[in-house]
Amino acid sequence: MIQFNNVSKRYPGGLDALKNVSFELAPAEMAFLTGHSGAGKSTLLKLITLIERPTRGQAIVNNQNLSRVTRRRIPYFRRDIGIVFQDYKLLHDRTAYDNVALPLVVAGVRDKDIGRRVRAALDKVGLLKKERAYPIMLSGGEQQRVGIARAVVNKPPILLADEPTGNLDQALSDEIMDLFHDFNQVGVTVLIATHDHRQVQRLGKHVLELKHGEMINDGSPRSIS
Amino acid sequence: MISYLLRHLQVFFYTLGQLARAPIASLMTIAVIAITLALPTGLYLLIENVQRMSTALDGGAKISLFLKADIDDTAAAQLSKRIRQALEVATVEYISPKQALAEFKRLSGFGETLDTLTHNPLPPVLIVQPSATLDTPQKLDDLVKRLRTNVEVDLAQLDLQWVKRLHGLLQIARRGVWLLSVSLALAVVLIIGNTIRLAVLSRREEIEVIKLVGGTNAFIRRPFLYTGLLQGAAGALAAWALVSLCLSLLAGPIGAVADLYASNFRAEGLGSYGIAILVGVGAVLGWLGSRIAVGRHLGSLEPR
Repeated sequence: MIQFNNVSKRYPGGLDALKNVSFELAPAEMAFLTGHSGAGKSTLLKLITLIERPTRGQAIVNNQNLSRVTRRRIPYFRRDIGIVFQDYKLLHDRTAYDNVALPLVVAGVRDKDIGRRVRAALDKVGLLKKERAYPIMLSGGEQQRVGIARAVVNKPPILLADEPTGNLDQALSDEIMDLFHDFNQVGVTVLIATHDHRQVQRLGKHVLELKHGEMINDGSPRSIS
Repeated sequence: MISYLLRHLQVFFYTLGQLARAPIASLMTIAVIAITLALPTGLYLLIENVQRMSTALDGGAKISLFLKADIDDTAAAQLSKRIRQALEVATVEYISPKQALAEFKRLSGFGETLDTLTHNPLPPVLIVQPSATLDTPQKLDDLVKRLRTNVEVDLAQLDLQWVKRLHGLLQIARRGVWLLSVSLALAVVLIIGNTIRLAVLSRREEIEVIKLVGGTNAFIRRPFLYTGLLQGAAGALAAWALVSLCLSLLAGPIGAVADLYASNFRAEGLGSYGIAILVGVGAVLGWLGSRIAVGRHLGSLEPR
């Protein structure tokens, strides 16, 4: 589902964020992307979502060679990837409902379908009763669940998360990670960047470890340093 | 197709709602645009009205054909008939030397003195009233030239010098208004461009999120384009209201002056056609300013 072949990313100024990174995620696989700050986790996620382009190498996501996705096609490409952020990136002047509805609105889904699908997504993350609440009225964990509902509302085959539990305590982190696990159980390919080793060990999934831009581990949780 | 239109309609009303939610800011922008557009509109109306007034005066212009002294009444009548048939004239009036002398006696007060003349020194005259279709000095001039070619005519006179000068001045003024309009149109584009630029920057987070969830540039642009369009159109309407207000304030004095000249001239406003054009121009300028501003800033607002 996600395949990198010798991908490198050098930023202007000479910083090598990724060096010859190769890995593969099968459809419906769940994996953790770990490593210290500055190891290249965020860069890797940005390459998958085409926020950045690789300097060298080949990346294939959802059966599309990323170098062939033109600027004009990027929005349509992104509609097949749900993204969850550490800082949630919710729109504060809109209700939870409207935040979750956003991906459907931009994709031009009809109004009556939007209502049904938004409520299904909010129900899945347990926030159906808070659909009229503004983000400011929600706790951190609830805001992140709204973010997750937004990421999955148009049923993307791929779900990415960048430090989704970075701002949350342990109990809330467990809840959020279990949600990702649930989505993986129904066939979504999930890739989570995190340095929360507890979660990595707890769920025991495929682990990709980056260090100074290089992939130093690609395997089971026990192999990480 | 219908759902496409429906989406546009949604964005349209959403934008209206946004403008209504920030009434002071919207009204300020609209007021600036109104003043900017009112200036050329007002000048245009001024020129149109002066033009109309001078055309009315052109219509009053008569051409005097002084015929050669040896032309008798029958020859003059024939000429007048020929002119009436061949040329664009409304009426041709014949004044025989006798009538002319009688009139001169009556009006000049030299009655007794003139009786001492041994012969009548006045020539026969044809007074030609050009038809209303000859509405420019050029056309009138052509008519005079053609009248002059008749052998019976000694002298053809049309006092239009001042009308010509007025027309010349109006041409200059009209061109000046055009130049002014172009530069003020540019000003409207810049005003709206700047407003939209600020709006785009203040919503950069929202734009980044929309891009991340797969919103196209067209989708992001749409509400801004409608904002520009609506502000431009509203500014144009306000400009029209402003000009109408000025006109109604001037109507009294203008009427008074016109009455002194025994004219029923009244200053005219834009008319529905003119209003439609003004609002259309405002909307297009607003759209254009917004399009330029959004286009410039959208590229730099990629998610990070």
